[in-house]
Amino acid sequence: MSRETSLVTADWVAQNLNNPKVVLVEVDEDTTLYDQGHIEGAITFHWRNDLQDGLIRDLISKEKFEALLSKSGISNDTTVILYGGNNNWFATYAFWYFKVYGHADVRLLDGGRKRWELDARPFVTAVPTRTASRYVAKERDNSIRAFRDEVIAAIGKVNIVDVRSPQEFSGELAAPAHLPQEGGQIKGHIPTAKNIPWSKAANEDGTFKSEAELTALYQGAGVDLAKDTIAYCRIGERSAFSWFVLHELLGVNNVKNYDGSWTEYGSLVGVPVALGA
Amino acid sequence: MRTCGATPGGPSLDGIDITTQSVIQGAVLSASANDGVPNGSAITNAHVRLLDSSGEFTAEVPTNQEGQFRFFTAPGAWTLVVLAPGARKEMQVVATKGVPLDLVIELS
Repeated sequence: MSRETSLVTADWVAQNLNNPKVVLVEVDEDTTLYDQGHIEGAITFHWRNDLQDGLIRDLISKEKFEALLSKSGISNDTTVILYGGNNNWFATYAFWYFKVYGHADVRLLDGGRKRWELDARPFVTAVPTRTASRYVAKERDNSIRAFRDEVIAAIGKVNIVDVRSPQEFSGELAAPAHLPQEGGQIKGHIPTAKNIPWSKAANEDGTFKSEAELTALYQGAGVDLAKDTIAYCRIGERSAFSWFVLHELLGVNNVKNYDGSWTEYGSLVGVPVALGA
Repeated sequence: MRTCGATPGGPSLDGIDITTQSVIQGAVLSASANDGVPNGSAITNAHVRLLDSSGEFTAEVPTNQEGQFRFFTAPGAWTLVVLAPGARKEMQVVATKGVPLDLVIELS
């Protein structure tokens, strides 16, 4: 777990476009982006259609994950490079997802689509044809995934980091400002959570800040990284971004992503809620 | 290319109950001739960032194939930062509930 094993640069991607061991996977919040143009050779996973169970609210099963990767020509020894729009929000969610199912070598394109576009690098519309593989996933690793009851029990005991915008944390907004204002049944945040927006970990071009800046960010907000940490947002993708920062870039092991996040917690009956900054 | 007579600005608000929303939207265009009519080409690979009154990042969207973007915000003062290859523009705006703010942003 380090920048070297978890991140690649746009230059690295450009030099490995024809590397048969590497598969690029674009995962976007705005799922129309891939069809408008993507990095040559990249395939795409749809965050809802491919990565959500569809019937119950959960990740897809191990068997479905195996089928998705097999169909996509990804093998257990493939180096998977994830990237996407909106500062890699959903790409980091997919990264966390690949880690839940134990993929050995998965990395993120630092800065995602934005860095690639701001460099004026080319996109193509051709969709590659890949030969199917036989992928075998591991059992889910729940050491990096937090569930509802664990979060309630964590109030006041472990670090809870709310990575949403200050307006969502305070209860002013219910969702990120580029989305219609819908989310949990109520607004606010989990008591004792510290608001460290995901965006503070990113530069304006979408790349991650340095390890020294990231350490200062969390320590400056009073997060004791020696303690267990749970990160949450609205639906678990921005918190996957912050989970990536803590777990992969800073090498903190005891960090979980609460993918139920505010849409679950903010709809629970009888749990404590806090408002304000 | 936008032509004279078309109405530049953000995406259609059809189907959105604007009485309950504070919308900031618009279109990002390349600078056009100084003829009083915004008619530059849509910039389709720009990224528009929304910062709150303290300069804190709040949201970001890429422009669409028409160069358009939209935010649903809380009412009040906001800063927009537009990033595109080789260009950056920052502007102060005010969002009002029920009255969408529709902008044309030209990048040179």
